[in-house]
Amino acid sequence: MIAAVLAAAQNADAPILVAQNVAFGIIAVLMLVSAVRVVTAANVVHAAAFLVVVLAGAAALFILLGAEFVAITQVLVYIGAIVVLFLFGIMLTRAPMEGTESVSRDNWALAGLSGFVLLALLGYTLWDGFGRDKIPSTLEPTDTGALSDVIFGQYLVPFEVVSLLLLAALVGAIVIARRD
Amino acid sequence: MFLNQFLMLAAALFCIGVYGVIARKNGVMVLMSIELILNAVNINLVAFSAMTGALSGQVFALFVIAVAAAEVGVGLAIVLAIFRNYRTVDLDQVDLMKG
Repeated sequence: MIAAVLAAAQNADAPILVAQNVAFGIIAVLMLVSAVRVVTAANVVHAAAFLVVVLAGAAALFILLGAEFVAITQVLVYIGAIVVLFLFGIMLTRAPMEGTESVSRDNWALAGLSGFVLLALLGYTLWDGFGRDKIPSTLEPTDTGALSDVIFGQYLVPFEVVSLLLLAALVGAIVIARRD
Repeated sequence: MFLNQFLMLAAALFCIGVYGVIARKNGVMVLMSIELILNAVNINLVAFSAMTGALSGQVFALFVIAVAAAEVGVGLAIVLAIFRNYRTVDLDQVDLMKG
């Protein structure tokens, strides 16, 4: 009896998990509300600001999952670079969109329906497939050295391909966007 | 923490992104919705990485971030080219190839 209680107490480590779950709940609600605002906001700059909240929430989730390097990369690349790129895109294309009657196309109801159907299908599949599987409570922060060993060992060739892809995308973007 | 709470959140973000891709008029907003979709995938990859202890998921999340950066660069270049030719980024008015 006492041994069982002790074992349960050892397995429970309740305070940490409660803190993690509360943090997850706050982040999840923030992300969902902001994501909905991203796709519904009338002002494009506001949508970009809400996108920043979603991306920061994803970075917080990565830290919650112990993936520190991915979280930092998310902040650097997404919030630091991609959002700025979006703001430039908005600045360069914005003026004629002012005063248009609606931000959504006529088929927005159909789009919402397909979104809900997809969500129901995904939700059912995930629940059926993973049920109450738990992430190990002994989760340690990932060692960045070990991560770099995997990138430059097992995934060296894909890594080089990604660098080439970035170069090709850079050249392609310049070719497409320059005025002749 | 359950694995499914991360997967469900990612699924919801994915579906919101799909709605944005289909429903928004502005080309830049469609690209932003694609970012939502890619982020949902990243959350899934990192959650599975934490679940199994294998680091491959995090490596692929980094790859997805790099590909997303490339995609935004090319996508915004295309939107700028459309804007230069049509003086609008309203996707309803870009129907040259609609047939």
